[in-house]
Amino acid sequence: MRATHVHALYVHGTGRVRALEAHVKVAAMVAFVLAVVATPREAFWAFGIQAVLLIGAAAAARIPAGFLLRRLVVLIPFVLFALFLPLFGGGPRTQVFGFALSVEGLWGAWTILAKATLGVTASIVMAATTEVPDILLGLDRLRVPRLITAIAGFMIRYLDVTLGEMHRMRIAMMSRGYNPRWIWQNRALANSAGALFIRSYERGERVYQAMAARGYQGQMPVLSRELTRPGSWLQALAFPAFAWMAAVAAIIAT
Amino acid sequence: MSVPALEVRDLSFSYPDGTAVLHSVDFHVHPGERVALLGPNGAGKTTLILHLNGIFSSSSGSVTVAGLPATEENIHEIRRRTGLVFQDPDDQLFMPTVRQDVAFGPANFGVQGAELDDRVRDALEAVGMLEVADRPPHHLSLGQRRRVAVATVLAMQPEILVLDEPSSNLDPASRHELAHILEALDITMLMVTHDLPYALELCERSLVINNGRIVADGPTSTILGDRELMRANRLELPYGFDPSFIRPGRT
Ligand SMILES: Nc1ncnc2c1ncn2[C@@H]1O[C@H](COP(=O)(O)OP(=O)(O)OP(=O)(O)O)[C@@H](O)[C@H]1O
Ligand SMILES: [Mg+2]
Repeated sequence: MRATHVHALYVHGTGRVRALEAHVKVAAMVAFVLAVVATPREAFWAFGIQAVLLIGAAAAARIPAGFLLRRLVVLIPFVLFALFLPLFGGGPRTQVFGFALSVEGLWGAWTILAKATLGVTASIVMAATTEVPDILLGLDRLRVPRLITAIAGFMIRYLDVTLGEMHRMRIAMMSRGYNPRWIWQNRALANSAGALFIRSYERGERVYQAMAARGYQGQMPVLSRELTRPGSWLQALAFPAFAWMAAVAAIIAT
Repeated sequence: MSVPALEVRDLSFSYPDGTAVLHSVDFHVHPGERVALLGPNGAGKTTLILHLNGIFSSSSGSVTVAGLPATEENIHEIRRRTGLVFQDPDDQLFMPTVRQDVAFGPANFGVQGAELDDRVRDALEAVGMLEVADRPPHHLSLGQRRRVAVATVLAMQPEILVLDEPSSNLDPASRHELAHILEALDITMLMVTHDLPYALELCERSLVINNGRIVADGPTSTILGDRELMRANRLELPYGFDPSFIRPGRT
């Protein structure tokens, strides 16, 4: 049960970034990602500035580099896709290490890699410093409809709950001598997916019952009275503001 | 006589898959009473207590909490009056910190600000868990989590406290500490338990449920002393435990 109450993306700790209110962080993250998306692909230096900003934010949040890199595995599908573009892209070709690669494809690959990496890293930094209920409360304060925040909350919790159950089922299997090395050898685990689903469904149901028993009516209560500290917006928005400056400068320059 | 804290009348219930679990369950609990609900696995104890605050509702029979019938429009108020402590604290504690979890209940009923802080502090103090207020629940021992689970419900200031197997899986010291805490609370209590000495220690009255029917209702010491009844309902005293030699905790 240990790992199931704090989500897998969260890093425990304290510090300045963690102390910022969730909605401020969410807003800063979204503004940053938009700046990355708006930056023209030719402006390598602008992406450089944005990357430095991001590294700065991760450092200020004291997120270990290894943690960040491991979470970046979600990018692998993008990377694979990006690798195909220069090979199969149309238009004029250029020679790279003896290969004739599509110029347009190379640009496409670069754009995907640069923007996806920056965007995903920004979300990881946000998620690593904000606990789930705070993220949900933050979205709530940013006027995201309650239905969406409630669904998101349940999805995240079911995910955590499922991972916990899976972990325990694996241990139970391994202690009876089953020891798959690779995920594709994991027949027994695959076969037990049904059991896993039922178990997590039932746990989810019991958690929901416990929430309902304490008066939950589909809306997370507001637990803290604390208003946004005036400095918070300034501090958090400085981060996307610089990213936007780089983006705007790049747009003007190209 | 005063208005019963809890009144269950002729309650029957089947799960959607057709399993009939409760059959005309009928009993009431008076204010200040402490009642143990005893019975073998699968007797319907958990199913019954989930009816007490409208998590389950049944077309036949009725539940009334402090005079208020558990109907659709009363459900919110019924949930405030009935504090349900679930068997597995991991189901009950879902917020990132103990403090937030304890605040969850009263906040749902509109308590805010300084009053909310007071409620949280008092509840945690009552179970001796104030010093872990800012820790995440999954960093606590099972005994501590159970105590925090009790606090989450006390913070709502319920009229009746309903506990599902509060002593299960606790080590003897934690079990004893929890008994102390429950003893000190001035509140009506209904406690599901397989721990018969615990029932004798904490509850002056016991109900026995088997196959979804209430089959006995009386002083705990009398029920535990009735060998016939005990055997018929798969209730087993611990080795060497003889209720006739033990002074009940409450009479
Ligand atoms: N969701 C469900 N759907 C169908 N049947 C169920 C469901 N939950 C429980 N039951 C059945 O209802 C009966 C009573 O279950 P319940 O959990 O109320 O028993 P209990 O007295 O609390 O048992 P225990 O002492 O093991 O906790 C059992 O026969 C059980 O199989
Ligand atoms: Mg039960």
